[in-house]
Amino acid sequence: MNGLHDMGGMDGFGPVQVEEGEPVFHHPWERRVFGLVAGSAARRLAGSTDAFRFAIERMPPAHYLQAPYYERWLTALATLLVEKGVITREELVRRAGGSFPLSQPVPPLRLPTATHSQAPRFGVGDSVVVRNEHPGGHTRCPRYVRGKRGTVVRVDGAFRLPDVAAHREVPCAEPAYSVRFAARELWGTDAAATESVHVDLWESYLEPPLEP
Amino acid sequence: MTKSGKRHRGPKDDHHHPAPPSDVEVRARALEELLRDKGLVDESFIDAVVSAYENDIGPMNGARVVARAWIDPAYRGRLLANGTAAIAELGYGGPEGDHMVVVENTPDVHNVVVCTLCSCYPWPVLGLPPTWYKSAAYRSRLVREPRVVLREMGLDLPERVEIRVWDSSAEIRYLVLPERPAGTEGLTEEELATRVTRDAMIGTARA
Repeated sequence: MNGLHDMGGMDGFGPVQVEEGEPVFHHPWERRVFGLVAGSAARRLAGSTDAFRFAIERMPPAHYLQAPYYERWLTALATLLVEKGVITREELVRRAGGSFPLSQPVPPLRLPTATHSQAPRFGVGDSVVVRNEHPGGHTRCPRYVRGKRGTVVRVDGAFRLPDVAAHREVPCAEPAYSVRFAARELWGTDAAATESVHVDLWESYLEPPLEP
Repeated sequence: MTKSGKRHRGPKDDHHHPAPPSDVEVRARALEELLRDKGLVDESFIDAVVSAYENDIGPMNGARVVARAWIDPAYRGRLLANGTAAIAELGYGGPEGDHMVVVENTPDVHNVVVCTLCSCYPWPVLGLPPTWYKSAAYRSRLVREPRVVLREMGLDLPERVEIRVWDSSAEIRYLVLPERPAGTEGLTEEELATRVTRDAMIGTARA
């Protein structure tokens, strides 16, 4: 989905604020949420990592932006547990003594099919173009590279295609690649010639260029 | 918000507006209690996991990897060829570290890592990510204007140095192998490890 989480290239967020000597967790509730997510993952209560990421992405944009990091984890975990029937929303609200905001429901989706390629379609040095697709479900193809041309710099093993894995427990492994994009291809002529961005992309996201 | 800092709660008989969200601490406790009532919380497991990331799994692990690579050219070669296996030689691996790639800084090339989509980070060697790494500012800007962001963060790279940004958008997790600082020839591996910072291994600082 074209969510707020897909932040690469956005303007307006200001300088990076660094906290010197930052603790691993700032508040006891953050430690507990981290532990609950880890514990729920170990018990397979809430689905895959992809499903977890998608649950965060489904948060209403305003909530996503204002929520501290581990509040996003809390919201996603609670959402998935409600959707899986482990707990109910009413139970959460009653316990919390106020409202308990959850992520938005999964929209109706037409899921893609993984390539299932045994041998990678592309090799190191190949030119590729990122398909200009805008799936309504989970994807790990950032908007800022869609339609852009890059060069394969590394061929990785096969991994489950997140666009499927977030939604269905079915086989969906396919090769993934690291693709190098010149900064000028992504950001135009003002970008420096001496900068590049490497993005890790599944085979389904890529196609050969029309012109070599 | 009231003067006490507590969130104001409206009257409960107001049908037109849902109750305001409970404070996040209250919500976190509510979820934990619900799961505990249902027998779905393993306290010892949670305590062990949290304690591990607070005490044992952090940048000191990655620093050992870097220091070893600095003193042992054969290890450096293995680390760059197969990061996961070479890191496992020192005993590190696990969640968010199953597929490691190590990228090496040189006088001409500087590498820096980001996750624009969420917060992917090599946990076994760096621990859990700092807040700034997960921030909208870092995630949005690093891919667009890396030299500016690095300068703001205190790393002023000359224009002739090529910058390679790595967006960890899939299953690979990245570790930057920083350049060994000048004047450290006489240091032991343990002494070198103390010189390697977390930020140098993300790529937002030099070692």
